[in-house]
Amino acid sequence: MKEKLLEIKDEYLSFFTPAGEIKALNGVSFSMEEGEVLGIVGESGSGKSVTAYSVMGLTAFPGRLVSGTIRFNGHEIHKMTEKDFRKIRGNEVSIIFQDPMTSLNPVYTIGNQIEEVIKLHTDKTAKQAHDRARELLELVGINEPDKRLKQYPHELSGGMRQRVMIAIALACEPKLLIADEPTTALDVTIQAQILELMQELRKKLGMSIIMITHDLGVVASMCEKIAVMYAGHIVEYGTTDEVFYKPSHEYTKGLINSIPKLNTEETERLVPIEGQPVDLMNPPAGCPFAPRCSKCMKICLRQMPPKTQLSETHYSYCWLRQKEEAQKGATEE
Amino acid sequence: MSENKKLVEIEHLKQYFHARGTRGKKQYVQAVDDVSFYIYKGETLGLVGESGCGKTTVGRTMLRLYEPTEGRIIYDGKVLFDKDAGISVDMMPYRRKMQIVFQDPYASLDPRMTIGDIVGEPIDIHSLVSDKKERHDRIISLLQRVGLNSEHANRYPHEFSGGQRQRVGIARALAVDPEFIVCDEPVSALDVSIQAQVVNMFEDLQSELGLTYLFIAHDLSVVRHISNRIGVMYLGKLVELADSYELITNSLHPYTKSLISAIPVADPVTARANKRIPLAGDVPSPVNPPSGCRFRTRCPYADERCAKEVPGFKEVTSGHFAACHHLDKVK
Repeated sequence: MKEKLLEIKDEYLSFFTPAGEIKALNGVSFSMEEGEVLGIVGESGSGKSVTAYSVMGLTAFPGRLVSGTIRFNGHEIHKMTEKDFRKIRGNEVSIIFQDPMTSLNPVYTIGNQIEEVIKLHTDKTAKQAHDRARELLELVGINEPDKRLKQYPHELSGGMRQRVMIAIALACEPKLLIADEPTTALDVTIQAQILELMQELRKKLGMSIIMITHDLGVVASMCEKIAVMYAGHIVEYGTTDEVFYKPSHEYTKGLINSIPKLNTEETERLVPIEGQPVDLMNPPAGCPFAPRCSKCMKICLRQMPPKTQLSETHYSYCWLRQKEEAQKGATEE
Repeated sequence: MSENKKLVEIEHLKQYFHARGTRGKKQYVQAVDDVSFYIYKGETLGLVGESGCGKTTVGRTMLRLYEPTEGRIIYDGKVLFDKDAGISVDMMPYRRKMQIVFQDPYASLDPRMTIGDIVGEPIDIHSLVSDKKERHDRIISLLQRVGLNSEHANRYPHEFSGGQRQRVGIARALAVDPEFIVCDEPVSALDVSIQAQVVNMFEDLQSELGLTYLFIAHDLSVVRHISNRIGVMYLGKLVELADSYELITNSLHPYTKSLISAIPVADPVTARANKRIPLAGDVPSPVNPPSGCRFRTRCPYADERCAKEVPGFKEVTSGHFAACHHLDKVK
């Protein structure tokens, strides 16, 4: 069995606001092997970013890890202090944010910002760091790297800035790259360029990637495993094919059905998921999706469904699957 | 669609914005340059393109929220604006017929007005009701039409989710019983599951009220779903226009082809097999657009002719228009 790179067990994380406790994560568990690409999909507020940020210790005040353990590359993240985090951030794990416009510092040159990371984590000299920065820009497909190193973020286009962000993230060859909606702010043609680049780099450098997105199209082409999140729970987890072709949670089915199909002659009516997203301040007692689920049963409203293991890699949390499993078991006997 | 009657038509529409030039030289952002199309009554025309291609500006200029730099706008047989003939009619009576739903449901609702007042404002402006009771009833029926209820009238925008706010924006547009609505990226800010709800509502409203839409979005799959015909814009120009199924399956312009291939498909097997047609580089600045064909700097087929001549917007097959010199070569 391969070494687990990341292992999250039963993570509960809440934001303690003056208005009350917002339960952002309610028992999230998953693990990742080295070199794996995991997609986390879900709507805004489902906890996908919070999960990934907690691996880097980037949970914003007033958020706090309530319970659970996070192990990453031999570190016990849940016990780490700010000082420890500084050593691994940008070094062993790094992140690309959604908005390349705001995540670069406008008053420093591109070169400065890339070299900063290198100098912080290695004992390279200024000259060596500069050369490495140049090399990185070439790696992410930016032409005229010498000119770009001297430029400021406002002089670059959105796609180019996202490439610079990727260069910064890769500066120390991290084991894990977290990409938080890396292409949401970009146009489709630029998005295609960036996704292509990420796939190429992954093959070249062999790192693991957590891809956070709400776009099922992006995960379909990029990821090997998918975790579907809803209201702070992973409701379904499996390989890309399992999740797309044998979706087992009603929410996943809903998500897949609500995407318009591109190349069918007759347009069918979309099947939306009715209702509004959950209020995390007062989450429902049972399955969080129950109030919006078209196949909701009595038990769904009272009790959180247990895990149903559908294959070695595929599981979901839904009472319907539990029922089916029970019936299957009964007929076999 | 009713007997192919053109409801809105624009001819050679141009919209240039002032940009501060260097050393006192005046510069213009050529946001929309020589765009012509028409929309049939009861039809949905989709408009797609990347950010900065001028699709939103086309929508707003059609409603004369911006004063066009050049061109003609015709609505229901009446000329609303004609630069050459010096026609520029009073828009007030036409505002009742032409409405708009904006992209950002957070920025387009006044945070200090109740939902009732937001929806009621167009009713007041056009004095559509005679007394308070009638106004109230009308607001409630509008809210119900878009899936909200009467209690919502007294609440403020911040109490609503994105999807609900977009419903309020739609109710406001419907308040004057319009015939034509410009939908400017109405679902882009919404989550996928909510997006489908709003798209379905647009379709229902169209069939109930016989509305005509200009549906602007950057998401080609949503536009494909809702539109009868689709226009593709690039850097201020309309590069291709066709029936929506025809456009997806039989696109002619190299830009449209690469745009379609770039869409991430939510189906792993197709996605893995999918060959993207990559476009090099970024969109050039609309202040100094490339000479000739504006797409030539990123086009794999570009040659000298493309730099010299602006390609005409020609009807290639019935109802399928494209602007490219090399249509025969493009595969």
